[in-house]
Amino acid sequence: MSAREAILSRIRTSLAVRPDDDERMSHVETRLRETPSGVIPARGQLEAGARVAIFRAMAEKVQTSVVHVETIDDVPAAVAAYLREKNLPAKIRIGADADLAGAPWQQEATLEIRKGASQGDDLVAVSHAMGAVAETGTLVLASGPDNPTTLNFLPEHHIVVIETSKIDGDLETALKRVRRHYGKGNMPRAVNMVTGPSRSGDIEQTILLGAHGPRALHVVMVG
Amino acid sequence: MQLTSNEFKRNATNALSDSQLQKALRNVESGFIGKRQSAVEALPEFDALRDSARAIKNHTLEHLDLYIEAYEKKVREAGGHVHFAETADDACQIILDICRQHSARTVTKGKSMITEEIGLNEFLEKNAIEPVETDLGEYIIQLRKERPSHIIAPAVHLNKEQVESDFRRTHTHLDAERNLAEPVSLLSEAREVLRKRYFEADIGITGANFLVAETGSSVIVTNEGNGDLTQTLGKVHVVVASIEKLVPTLEDTAQILRVLGRSATGQDMTVYTTFSTGPKRPDDPDGPDAYHVILLDNGRTAMLGTEYQDMLRCIRCGACMNHCPVYHSVGGHAYGSVYPGPMGAVLTPSLSGIEQSGHLPNASTFCGRCESVCPMRIPLPKMMRHWREREFERHLTPNTARYGLALWAFLASHPKLYRAAVSLAMPLLAWLGGTKHSMDHLPLAGGWTKYRTMPAPQGRTFVQAWARQNRAGQKTGTGR
Repeated sequence: MSAREAILSRIRTSLAVRPDDDERMSHVETRLRETPSGVIPARGQLEAGARVAIFRAMAEKVQTSVVHVETIDDVPAAVAAYLREKNLPAKIRIGADADLAGAPWQQEATLEIRKGASQGDDLVAVSHAMGAVAETGTLVLASGPDNPTTLNFLPEHHIVVIETSKIDGDLETALKRVRRHYGKGNMPRAVNMVTGPSRSGDIEQTILLGAHGPRALHVVMVG
Repeated sequence: MQLTSNEFKRNATNALSDSQLQKALRNVESGFIGKRQSAVEALPEFDALRDSARAIKNHTLEHLDLYIEAYEKKVREAGGHVHFAETADDACQIILDICRQHSARTVTKGKSMITEEIGLNEFLEKNAIEPVETDLGEYIIQLRKERPSHIIAPAVHLNKEQVESDFRRTHTHLDAERNLAEPVSLLSEAREVLRKRYFEADIGITGANFLVAETGSSVIVTNEGNGDLTQTLGKVHVVVASIEKLVPTLEDTAQILRVLGRSATGQDMTVYTTFSTGPKRPDDPDGPDAYHVILLDNGRTAMLGTEYQDMLRCIRCGACMNHCPVYHSVGGHAYGSVYPGPMGAVLTPSLSGIEQSGHLPNASTFCGRCESVCPMRIPLPKMMRHWREREFERHLTPNTARYGLALWAFLASHPKLYRAAVSLAMPLLAWLGGTKHSMDHLPLAGGWTKYRTMPAPQGRTFVQAWARQNRAGQKTGTGR
């Protein structure tokens, strides 16, 4: 007997069940098909304006900095302003994201833009989140050529652009957004939910920012 | 791993007199309890979420075979591989085979208790493969050749001066005069040293907080981002997870995530929660070329259908040890097992046998704080009591305790004899207590009176007092 069969058969013996029990199978199929939501905290269940405000408050509580601009056309200026404020060189890395690529970067004449995945030598990366969670101030980023995963972790500063219309009230709704986008049962290679800059409490339980991932996380909310 | 749980008494005595350890252990109470409490108070739905999380895991465990099959199918569809390991040795061997297939010399590791359970690091080293721990706490204890003393804060038993001296001892390529007085400089140094290692590594190994049947995803939850760098930069991502990590859907994952972060560190959400599904896709510019999951049993299937099944709901948040007075006093190493604290006292005998770990379920005052804070509502004290019963049945309990209990049981089941015995013992003990009304020494209970005095009984026995009250009540007409 293979290890697989041995383990499955031990589970069935311990639970005193048969492998072909229709009722059990239908319980499992129903749950996987219907994906019930469970208990949803009231905290994020607000109309759009208040939801955005909660997102911002929760993000700032975990040391994410947040600015709010009107349209995607304002993003290059917001990015340039952040670089100046932090005394960073005018150099960023972005993926192939069409919305980001369509922004008027030419307005920031001195800004050098590198494209594609990071090799670890970038100070600043800009990503476009596919969603966000108001109740916890969390960003939802999906892997792929548009927004390579390495941009989320290797640079010292991570700037993330998110449309306010994509900020959901709760975690479940944000995950349903991922499901809608990729199709039921499918996921991109990685979905990173990011809540603040990297940190560690491993030395004397004192929280310090900038462990292995970005030391700073900056969100540009659009719309 | 070689257990030293049978040495618990000696380990605990040593721990109590270790001043460095006692200083570090004070960080457990200050670092965890208040933060959890504030996070819980800020979420009115917390207890309802605990019930929801418990129901999800109970449902999953009752249908575990089917969820494993569903999960396996989805991993394969996403281009990943699923391996089944019945024992720790099998799991290590599967990982070694994967390493050899890819001619791996170095592997990076995200923080994972399951790889501690299977003793992976020692095994890889024996086979000339270098494991590099990347979580700051795990990295520190790897330098010290120690084991984690806490399941989410592996180096909680250390003070910053000890970390500084370990870094000076091992990072000899750096300027000996550098300033490492502040914890932040220690963190930066570890970040710099480890950054290179992610790129050099052939394989990245992580554990999993959840395995999602609906999508075939493995989920890790970290604050540092080391787990993500480990699994993104290695050419191969290997996930090691025990079978009870299964959850049905993305929504179910979300429900349990809400109680996990708050119970563990008092965070509403841990910094990085990552869902990984298969290897990199054809047009992905980054990510691993291959993705393997090793599903480990190592004793779990034997817990299903028994009084220990509830333990399989455990999500490894550490709240039980953070709130345990025994853990606060002796720290995690004294337990001599991979998993310390109350959850370890229940899990270790299940995985390694009560013969190896009989002291652990006894290392509890049964105060019940562990159960009261457990996000999955696991009845830890009840299960420790079950283990004590098993220990007794197998004649592993010491003779004094055994005969003492037998004598007690005999007396307790013979009411007349019992009353006669206590009505004799009461005045005797009261006399022994003297004017202090307490005793500094008690025959057969020296271990107890060594650290505190025993209050002496006063007045009458309960039955005598009860009878007297009833008589008095009848006289005044206010009694029953």
